[in-house]
Amino acid sequence: MSVQYQIFVCGGIVPDPLQTLDPVTAPAGPALKNEMMLPAVLDPFAWHALFEAARLARSSPGSKIYLVSLAPKAKLQQVMMSVAQKAVFDLVVIDGPASGFTDSNAVAAALSEAIQSVPGLDMNRLLVFGGWESASRGSGTTLQAVGEILGITDQFQGVDDLRIESDGSFRILERIDGGKHQVSTCAGAPAVLGWATGNLPEPPNNPQIGMTNMRGIMPALQKARPAKLNAQDLSYTSVTLPKQQRETRVVDKLSAEEIAREIAEWIKKS
Amino acid sequence: MESILCLLHTESNGALARPALEALTAAKTLAADLGDAMVDVGLIGADVQAAADVIAPCGARRFLGAAGPELGEPRYATDAAAAEALIRASGATLVVAPQTSRVARVAGGVARRLGGSADTHITGLQVEKGALKIARWYYRQRMEATLSRLKRPWILVVDSGCVKPWEGAPGKARVEPVSVELTEAARRSRFLGVQEPPADEQTIRPEAELLFVAGAGWTKKQADGHTHVPDAEKLILEFLKRTQASLGGSKSLVDISGEGQAVLHFMTHLNQIGQTGATPRHPKGLATCCHGEEPHTVGWRFVNERRAVNRDPSCGWARGKADVLYVADAFEVMEKVNALLAKQD
Ligand SMILES: Cc1cc2nc3c(=O)[nH]c(=O)nc-3n(C[C@H](O)[C@H](O)[C@H](O)COP(=O)(O)OP(=O)(O)OC[C@H]3O[C@@H](n4cnc5c(N)ncnc54)[C@H](O)[C@@H]3O)c2cc1C
Repeated sequence: MSVQYQIFVCGGIVPDPLQTLDPVTAPAGPALKNEMMLPAVLDPFAWHALFEAARLARSSPGSKIYLVSLAPKAKLQQVMMSVAQKAVFDLVVIDGPASGFTDSNAVAAALSEAIQSVPGLDMNRLLVFGGWESASRGSGTTLQAVGEILGITDQFQGVDDLRIESDGSFRILERIDGGKHQVSTCAGAPAVLGWATGNLPEPPNNPQIGMTNMRGIMPALQKARPAKLNAQDLSYTSVTLPKQQRETRVVDKLSAEEIAREIAEWIKKS
Repeated sequence: MESILCLLHTESNGALARPALEALTAAKTLAADLGDAMVDVGLIGADVQAAADVIAPCGARRFLGAAGPELGEPRYATDAAAAEALIRASGATLVVAPQTSRVARVAGGVARRLGGSADTHITGLQVEKGALKIARWYYRQRMEATLSRLKRPWILVVDSGCVKPWEGAPGKARVEPVSVELTEAARRSRFLGVQEPPADEQTIRPEAELLFVAGAGWTKKQADGHTHVPDAEKLILEFLKRTQASLGGSKSLVDISGEGQAVLHFMTHLNQIGQTGATPRHPKGLATCCHGEEPHTVGWRFVNERRAVNRDPSCGWARGKADVLYVADAFEVMEKVNALLAKQD
């Protein structure tokens, strides 16, 4: 019989990547201008992790997905409108800043506390999923710390594939330097997997799933506990936008031949 | 007073890769900026003597080695245990390490274990009035922050390409072995090997002078109302062969590849540049049939000279994202570029 996994997908929210972002200084440190007004999405790599969790849950019947998110609950509620139609999950909310400027260690402490507070947590069936790097802080350290707090030392980052072998072990592909994958095997749960893009296209919206999820999502948002993020370790001196805005030379009067010559010369010149 | 451990790992052949030698430069510069702080070198690998010899004259106070067959394999449990043991043995307050997949996998976990902190993708280390500040980017390279931390040890994982690799004549290093306690639990995972395309099909070349980006336009209907994917493949592959450029793709293009449509067969998610892709470092970049939208161009942060070929004069590249935008048909241009390169060969 296949294992009934408890899959915790850790995922924050980030501003829609098409938005222009400006840093500002808030009382608690750096922040984004009009952060609460910016349309947000589930952090992209965590988004892939959620699809992979859904695939795993389908192939291992009886498995359950928990989406654990530390975010301002009003904003998270908006994001859930689209996320809820993609996969069946229970939402676990910690009400707090979605900012990339918070400390990953403090975020990890809050996430692991939320995971540990779920009744019936079973280490032998536990998989902690998430994105390998967020689109906000991009540090890749949060899930590792979650794993450490939970005592999980089978950890994988930049995961593009997870296969369950017939003996219940995992075969995992992780991205490594230079466009390669590392292949590893792991005896089984518990494990931490920080996903890269994986292999799955975005699943179509399923209103049925959305309806089912929403019944749990609203109460989860209501009972969200406020995050206590310790920020004493970290202090920012400055946050600035890059100065470099290029003066683009738009070449629209040259023939393909002439353009090719310019490009070839440019490539050659060191 | 801060003291430094430069934490490195060997490659499967026992050598130190370029990012490791860069981290050594970063550690040494930091030590000098801090007023001659002590530097230890910590090495992880199956056998670390050869690597230590290569950097023997680097001025390290000690060479600490966590070595053994199991430490030659990249794996969280063993790498974290080795890094922990080396940091404890050195007593360092600052740990400088290269941003390799092997270090990146464990840095945050090890910091947690030691009650310290870790920062990754560091692009600069500055000392002001005796205190260290680091620079790193947030929101996928959209804004740069400088910050400092109180907790120690502070693990500083430095992005490759920010400093020159350490150079010097090899010598003979005395490596002090540091033992690493491995429990049975550390062996639950095993490294099986590396999967990569055959050498002649490997299109990702981090060391290349030039990044060549292909966008979804290569697979779209062209002026004659048809797609020309086989032509696109031929043009791109020939260009890569002649220039040894590294190949990047837009998300739209790699996503189509994943959906099994008529596509460039050599394009995978690993080629993707941008928000949810890579941010490689290359001196030059040429984008073709790619619109240059913000989620894509954030991945170009560390590409210095940028040019683009696009039929659309108002595409994203025209708005300060490239130095030069050629408004033209990339099929025509690249065919002629290839012909010129062929003549030069
Ligand atoms: C959460 C999220 C994350 C994202 N992450 C990324 C990311 O990491 N990387 C990324 O790239 N995108 C990312 N995107 C998508 C991004 O917003 C764009 O949709 C994508 O970059 C567009 O790809 P493209 O320019 O190749 O395709 P298109 O927008 O389809 O543009 C094709 C271009 O080709 C040109 N063209 C066509 N034929 C020719 C020809 N013969 N000669 C010259 N030019 C021609 C057209 O003029 C057009 O400009 C993300 C989006 C979201 C929402």
